Amino acid sequence: MLKFISHFLKSKSNLKSTLSNSRVPISRNFCTTPIRDSIQYDVVIVGAGPAGLSAAIRLKQLCRQNDTDLSVCVLEKGAEVGAHILSGNVFEPRALNELLPQWKQQEAPITTPVSSDKFWFLTKNRAISLPSPFNNEGNYVISLSQLVRWMGAKAEELGVEIYPGFAASEILYDANNKVIGIGTNDMGISKDGSKKENFQRGVEIKGRMTLLSEGCRGSLSEQIMKKYNLREKGGAEHQTYALGIKEVWEIDEEKHQPGAVLHTLGWPLDHKTYGGSFLYHMKDRQIALGLVVALNYQNPFMNPYEEFQKLKHHPAIKPYLEGGTVIQYGARTLNEGGFQSIPYPVFPGGAIIGCSAGFLNVPKIKGTHTAMKSGMLAAEAAFGAVNEGLDMNTYWDALRNSWIWEELYKARNYRPAFKYGLIPGLALSGLEHYILKGRHPITLKHGKPDHEATNAAQLHSPIHYPKPDGILSFDVPTSLHRSNTNHEHDQPPHLRLRDPKIPELTNLPVYAAPESRYCPARVYEYVAAEQNKLKLQINAQNCLHCKACDIKDPKQNIKWTVPEGGGGPGYSVM
Amino acid sequence: MKIMVTIKRVIDYAVKIRVKPDKTGVVTQNVKMSMNPFCEIALEEALRIKESGLASEVIAVSMGPSQSIDTLRTGLAMGADRGIHVEANDSLYPLSVAKILKKLVEIEKPGLLILGKQAIDDDCNQTGQMIAGLLNWPQGTFASKVVLDKEKQVVTVDREVDDGIETLSLNLPAVITTDLRLNQPRYATLPNIMKAKSKPIKKYTPEELNVEIKSDLEIVEVTEPPKRKSGVIVSSVDELIDKLKNEANVI
Repeated sequence: MLKFISHFLKSKSNLKSTLSNSRVPISRNFCTTPIRDSIQYDVVIVGAGPAGLSAAIRLKQLCRQNDTDLSVCVLEKGAEVGAHILSGNVFEPRALNELLPQWKQQEAPITTPVSSDKFWFLTKNRAISLPSPFNNEGNYVISLSQLVRWMGAKAEELGVEIYPGFAASEILYDANNKVIGIGTNDMGISKDGSKKENFQRGVEIKGRMTLLSEGCRGSLSEQIMKKYNLREKGGAEHQTYALGIKEVWEIDEEKHQPGAVLHTLGWPLDHKTYGGSFLYHMKDRQIALGLVVALNYQNPFMNPYEEFQKLKHHPAIKPYLEGGTVIQYGARTLNEGGFQSIPYPVFPGGAIIGCSAGFLNVPKIKGTHTAMKSGMLAAEAAFGAVNEGLDMNTYWDALRNSWIWEELYKARNYRPAFKYGLIPGLALSGLEHYILKGRHPITLKHGKPDHEATNAAQLHSPIHYPKPDGILSFDVPTSLHRSNTNHEHDQPPHLRLRDPKIPELTNLPVYAAPESRYCPARVYEYVAAEQNKLKLQINAQNCLHCKACDIKDPKQNIKWTVPEGGGGPGYSVM
Repeated sequence: MKIMVTIKRVIDYAVKIRVKPDKTGVVTQNVKMSMNPFCEIALEEALRIKESGLASEVIAVSMGPSQSIDTLRTGLAMGADRGIHVEANDSLYPLSVAKILKKLVEIEKPGLLILGKQAIDDDCNQTGQMIAGLLNWPQGTFASKVVLDKEKQVVTVDREVDDGIETLSLNLPAVITTDLRLNQPRYATLPNIMKAKSKPIKKYTPEELNVEIKSDLEIVEVTEPPKRKSGVIVSSVDELIDKLKNEANVI
């Protein structure tokens, strides 16, 4: 009798879990939702960025070498390849040299070698030159958006199918909890959830192997890491992040020095806030200028966007910009967890590559080369897995035997050292850089997760930021216009609140609504509602897909999900 | 009956436009291009007419550089049956477009020609009217509603005009240009995008069609509109009158 009852209970829970894993809520069994089209590929890659495209290209190269073919499909939520790509970028061609050694002859948009490398410590009025800790010889100042565009063309030449404008919104599983592909968003749903005239059901893109290359804090990647406990499995700490806000300016000819690289530390950020700025001279009189702020900042009144506007007025920075015009604006979060935060990147049916896993080298401030290499290694493992039934876990071994591992291991203590403050951090970094070079067994741990680091508002006072002057500094709507961001406005907001009451009950009273300050797109605004109370208004249409809110919300109440494909920023020179 | 739809590749409507430093035009390099929104609406209307059984085929036509083929593929993905690309690397002004279109109409003999009312890059609003003139066909421009009566070979078009809606009845073959409220274009689905790769696109050059492209317009200069000056809060009516008279010179 007891055996029967326990068997009955077990099978009931199995039924529920099978159903929820195959993404069919129990209620849907009884209604007539149109069945989705299903398209089968050998390899499905989510995200046409450096990692995803490197993986795609490598797969096709392996096919050629082995006289076989695999169908490879890359899905990209941006309206075109490169539209959602934003990075400094001082590019180290190490991985590209391995992937496409003829890149120069093939006219890759990598034409501006680094010509000088400066490092300044800023105070409010001065810039103190320090020895540059970087070695950028052999590197290039590029627009990653343009490079990715070029890589997309190369991938298509090799037979990769790339579909921009399609957002992968869900993972598909089989009855054994193995990932069998992704589902794209339904399109044409109105704000209230009803179907519009042009409603279009999403499609299922199934793959024998699924590679997730969504960039930092990828929405599906985060889901997968939680589901399969990948951080624990890899013995990893939590990931830590920074928010980068960037503009591309076209400046006066006389002020332009192609290949000049400048990094700064110090002002406008305080001693407790890690971050710094960059100014890179590209070609065509264009410069890339930005501020990177670590998201474990404590003061909830901090506004990274406004700090960036302040930076542009610094007497050492201002001269470059005077007489120039802003061409584009954008923002994106980046990983700072480095070696300590690398999750186990393989799951049943696929793997995570690039910044979605997190291979950025923080002291070098470079992540493109490691992202690309991780894509290539995953492709090699995937090729073996799909073609010969080999184990995909060889990707993990390949990572640990590659230069990615070596590089990230050496760089592992720089960022964690700053949890003790700016000066101790600099001192420890100096020690690491000039003497120890990572050759010791100590591995510092990270501080608190970014969202837990925010202090209550009562411990700080509001920061007064100067008004923008419209010439060097600008208000958010003006900057946003320059990001070419747009979303179909009549769609359900893609920023979901797990508990709709928390903003007014916690974020506003306890933390003074930090989301209204760290979001570089003014998505979160508290507006006057009835009874003179303030209510959260989500301007989802402004979203730059940077993921800062998903990371920094104190109660982790904000969940970034993917909107209708084709929306979001339109970066072309970022 | 065949329907021919023209679609133009233009700078995407969400992109921030910049004028080139030499003032000869706007920056198009590395800028996102898309199908002109009014052309999307035109194509959507043609597809709906075909889906209601009143037309046999929808042909999408685009004129421009080789990248126009991408725009044609989007049109094919939405549901057009085949495409025609007329390759031309210089800018084509409405009269040249209309002349080329006339030749294509003579080849394909469609019963209905649907165009967007204007392109969002030049805002000309001329091509539809010109082709109707060249073909001597009736025209229903700024259409907000189109109803086809196949038996009587008549199309009823509601036009959005300044003082309201004007309803016209046109004998086929006719030219229609579409306005914003006519319909909401469908999304091109992934399976359709994949299928569109194998739909045929026929290529012509203006020379093959015996059309001489000569530019009857010359762009002298392109400048940004003057920056809007910030407003000033005045303290009294007298100050307002003073400013209107002496600064703005409007009274």
